[in-house]
Amino acid sequence: MGEKVTLLVWRGDAGAGDIVEYQVEVNEGEVVLDVLHRLQATQAGDLAVRWNCKAGKCGSCSMEINGRPRLACMTRMSTFEPGEAITVTPMRTFPVIRDLVTDVSFNYAKARQIPSFSPDPSVALGEFRMQQVDVQRSQEFRKCIECYLCQNVCHVIRDHEENMPAYAGPRFLMRIAELEMHPADTADRRTIAQDEFGLGYCNITKCCTEVCPEHIKITDNALIPLKERVVGRKYDPLVWLGSKITRRGHRDTPAVPSKRDTA
Amino acid sequence: MTQSATAPQEAAPGRTRAQIAARTLRRDRWWRSPAVTAAYLGAVVVYLTWASLVNADYAYGAYISPLYSPCLATTCTPGDSSFFLIPWVSVLTPAIIIIGGPMGFRLTCYYYRKAYYRAFWRSPASCAVREPHAKYTGETRLPLILQNLHRYFFWIALAFNAFLTYDAVVAFRAVAVVGHQHVAGAWGHMGLGTLVLVINAALLWLYSLSCHACRHAIGGRLKHFSKHPVRYRMWTMVSRLNSRHMELAWISLTWVLLTDLYIRLVASGVITDPRFF
Repeated sequence: MGEKVTLLVWRGDAGAGDIVEYQVEVNEGEVVLDVLHRLQATQAGDLAVRWNCKAGKCGSCSMEINGRPRLACMTRMSTFEPGEAITVTPMRTFPVIRDLVTDVSFNYAKARQIPSFSPDPSVALGEFRMQQVDVQRSQEFRKCIECYLCQNVCHVIRDHEENMPAYAGPRFLMRIAELEMHPADTADRRTIAQDEFGLGYCNITKCCTEVCPEHIKITDNALIPLKERVVGRKYDPLVWLGSKITRRGHRDTPAVPSKRDTA
Repeated sequence: MTQSATAPQEAAPGRTRAQIAARTLRRDRWWRSPAVTAAYLGAVVVYLTWASLVNADYAYGAYISPLYSPCLATTCTPGDSSFFLIPWVSVLTPAIIIIGGPMGFRLTCYYYRKAYYRAFWRSPASCAVREPHAKYTGETRLPLILQNLHRYFFWIALAFNAFLTYDAVVAFRAVAVVGHQHVAGAWGHMGLGTLVLVINAALLWLYSLSCHACRHAIGGRLKHFSKHPVRYRMWTMVSRLNSRHMELAWISLTWVLLTDLYIRLVASGVITDPRFF
C-alpha cells in the first residue's frame, strides 16, 4: 500500500472549469500518468486524459505539471518532495476539449501549410545518393514525437493568442529548417519562413528547447540556423549584391494557398 | 502525437483555452535566473559606463585596457598600441569611440538576446510564465529587426580581437620609465598583466568563434557537407564551441572587466604588477 498524494487537477469543459483537489494513492516507481489513471479508476471515472504508449514516444500525454509543460508518462512521482501537492492542468495554448485533453488541430493545420519535400524532378527515383554527413542535421529533427510541448510553451502564441495565424511555432519552423537543410530538396522556403510562418516573432528565448522531451536542440540547431539563412535571403545587402553580380536567381517557393484560412 | 489518417478537425466553435487566472503555476524559483542576470548585466553596464567615461589609468607600460583598444583619440597616452589617431573623434573618450563595435556584437548575440529578453523585457521572464505585455511582435519590425545585423558585428568583433591579440603580444615588453610615465620597454619580458591580456584575447576569440553567425558562415549555410569536407570539419569544430556559447559569453565578458580593472589598479598605483621575467 503506497502513500497518499494531493493531486490538484483542472477539471472542465470548453475552457470553463476549475482546479479540483483529490487524495490519490502513489506506489514506488510510478509516474504522474499512473496516478491519473488511479484517480480515474477510483474517484473520477469521467476524468479525460489522452495517453497511448506510456513510454515517452507517442507524445499524447502532454500537459502541465506544477506549471511546467511535461509528458505525464515521463514525470516520475519520486521527483516531487514528500507531501508536495501536484498541480496538473491542460496545455494552456490550445483549446480544451475536456479536462486534460486539448484540441491540438492548430498544429495539423500549420503542418499542412508547409510546402512539402521537393526533390529535383530530373533525378529519377532511387538515383539520388546522400552521405550520412548530409542528412545527420535533419535526423536530429526527425526525433520529434509531435507532443507539441514546444508549441505550448512558446510565449509568442501562449501569451498572445492573436499571433496564432501569423506564427507557425517552433515545431513547424524546425520542419522548415529540416527541409531547407535537406540535400535533395530544391525548394527555397526562406522568404515564407519569415513572411508566412512568422520566424521573426521568435526571440530565441529557448523555452522550446527546455521542454523538448527528445532533447532536440530546437533553438540552436534549427531556429537560429534558419534565422541566419533568412538574413542571407532578406536582410544582408552584401549577399544581395553578390547574387546580382553572379546573377544567381532566387525563386521563392510560395506557401500552400489559403493558409491563413485554416490557421 | 500520432495524426489520424483522416483530415484533422479544426477547433470546434466555442472551444477555448483553460481559463486559469494565475500567471504561472510553477513552484520552483523560476525568477532567480532572470533576477541574477538582470543584476549582473546592470552592474556590467554601470561599470562599463564609468570606465569608459573616466578616461584615465587605462594604460601602464605596454599594457592597455581592452575597453580603450584600439586607442583612436589624439589624447591617447603615449606608448599605447595606437594605430590611427583621428582628431575629429577626440572630443570623445577613446573607449566611447570604439565601444559600439564590441557592444553591438554582444547586444545582437543570439545568447545575450535570450538573456536580456528574459531578464529585462520579461518576454518571457521564464518558460510558462505569462509575460506582462499586451502585444508582441518579436523581431519582425524596427528596432528589433536590426538584430539581423549580428553577422556584420561578428566581423567587426574579429577585427577587435586582432587588435587585442596585438595588445597581448605587445604586453611581452618590460616597463620603462620616461619622465613620470610608464611606457613599453625591451621585449622578452612578462608580468601578471601579460597573462591577463593573453587570457583576455584567447577568451574573446573563443567567444567570437563560437558565435551562431560564425557557425553559419563557416559551413552551416551549406546543404551538402559531403562536397565541402574542410568546411564540414570546421563546422563541426565551431559547433562544438557553439554548445558552450553561453558560458563563453559570460566568462569573456567578465574577463574583459577584470582585465580593465587590473590595468586600472596597476596604472593608478594601487597594486604592483608582479613581473615573472
